[in-house]
Amino acid sequence: MRVGVLFSGGKDSNYAMYLASKEHEIVCLISIISENKESYMFQTPGNDFLEVQAKALNLPLIKVKTKGEKEIELKDLKKAIKIAIKKYNIEGIISGAIKSNYQSIRIQNICNDLKIWSINPLWQTNEKKYLDELIKNKFEIKIIAIASYPFTRDTLGKIIDEKTKYEIINISEKYKISCVGEGGEFETFVLNSPLFKHKLEIKEYDKIMESENCGFIQIKKISEIKK
Amino acid sequence: MKQNILIIDPSYKKNSIFKNEFCFPIANMIKEIPNITFEIKHYTEKINYDEFDKIIISGSALKDFEYLNHLNKFEFIKTTNNPILGICAGMQIIAKIYEAKLKKCKEIEITKTITTKKNKLFSGEFDTYSIHNYSIYCPKEFEIIAKSKKVQSLVSEYSTCSVFFLKNSKIIIHAIKHKKKEIYGVLFHPEVKNKEIIENFINL
Repeated sequence: MRVGVLFSGGKDSNYAMYLASKEHEIVCLISIISENKESYMFQTPGNDFLEVQAKALNLPLIKVKTKGEKEIELKDLKKAIKIAIKKYNIEGIISGAIKSNYQSIRIQNICNDLKIWSINPLWQTNEKKYLDELIKNKFEIKIIAIASYPFTRDTLGKIIDEKTKYEIINISEKYKISCVGEGGEFETFVLNSPLFKHKLEIKEYDKIMESENCGFIQIKKISEIKK
Repeated sequence: MKQNILIIDPSYKKNSIFKNEFCFPIANMIKEIPNITFEIKHYTEKINYDEFDKIIISGSALKDFEYLNHLNKFEFIKTTNNPILGICAGMQIIAKIYEAKLKKCKEIEITKTITTKKNKLFSGEFDTYSIHNYSIYCPKEFEIIAKSKKVQSLVSEYSTCSVFFLKNSKIIIHAIKHKKKEIYGVLFHPEVKNKEIIENFINL
């Protein structure tokens, strides 16, 4: 089946794509660029560098802007998927939804309306095992935003390796938060995966803090590195 | 008590990506229950049902109806004495095996489910995760144990919903139980919301 990926540049959409690529033909990436940082549906950090990831994946990217108002942003998502259907003949959509009924129901509804398949390979996955799988499959993932206690400025820029994984799991158990950032506790940017043709390296960035536990990395320069 | 649970994947092909989405969530929660082992099998596989204590037939993708072309693979539902729980597509399969029809009924949302008959799996009124385009007519060997809070007359967009006349009210069937056997069907997804329903089934 020819499928498009709802692509945020983070670990979930990248890993869902990786799993789906074993069975389906990934033909395009679809990204919604939200002006609203508090969007319930879409990740905003790292959006300026989605083209760089698309190039590394050797896939075309459909980018549609939205004001990010609740429910209205869904019309923009539907519009983007319609473009993908028309331009790339996709028959299904891959999403990296894990636990969010809000996201899942809305994506299922849009796909149902457009008569295409909704495919959610990470749905209800075991979060700790998922972190293991990411590391085992050599995904290079950088934390580029935080929005929850006890994450701080020091968390920003960390690569999710074995050490960071244990730190996150310990924090999630102590503070009863998702260890994969499903509640928006942190956001990620993928620098390498088995599907990347070349690796990425963030060469220059600033850490912008809005409060002690809320901030993001403003990427300034990314380089391509041969694998 | 040690138990071995069979999870049947009704997806369009063996080991499809939909196994991740519909069978793994059930398996993940079963893993947490002490003394329970399980196997996931695709419906096209050769299965020795005697090796299992209970059977769960999972849901499948909204667009996937391939199983309707292979209903003979589900004849075990009538012959086995093991308790069975059909989830979404699983409930539709149970209904079809007992010669009931499917009827168009779109609910892709968090719905309110109301218990209509006392049973061992759930009680009262509760929110459910519903992703379906079809409900069922109740087979004559079964009774309705839950309905959607929605009724056809209140939701014009559901004008094509499956309806069943009960006490002069049009209802959307959300769960059924065989009148004599421990065969249950639920249209909603307890592996997403209301996990205790699966635990209660395992504890039957």
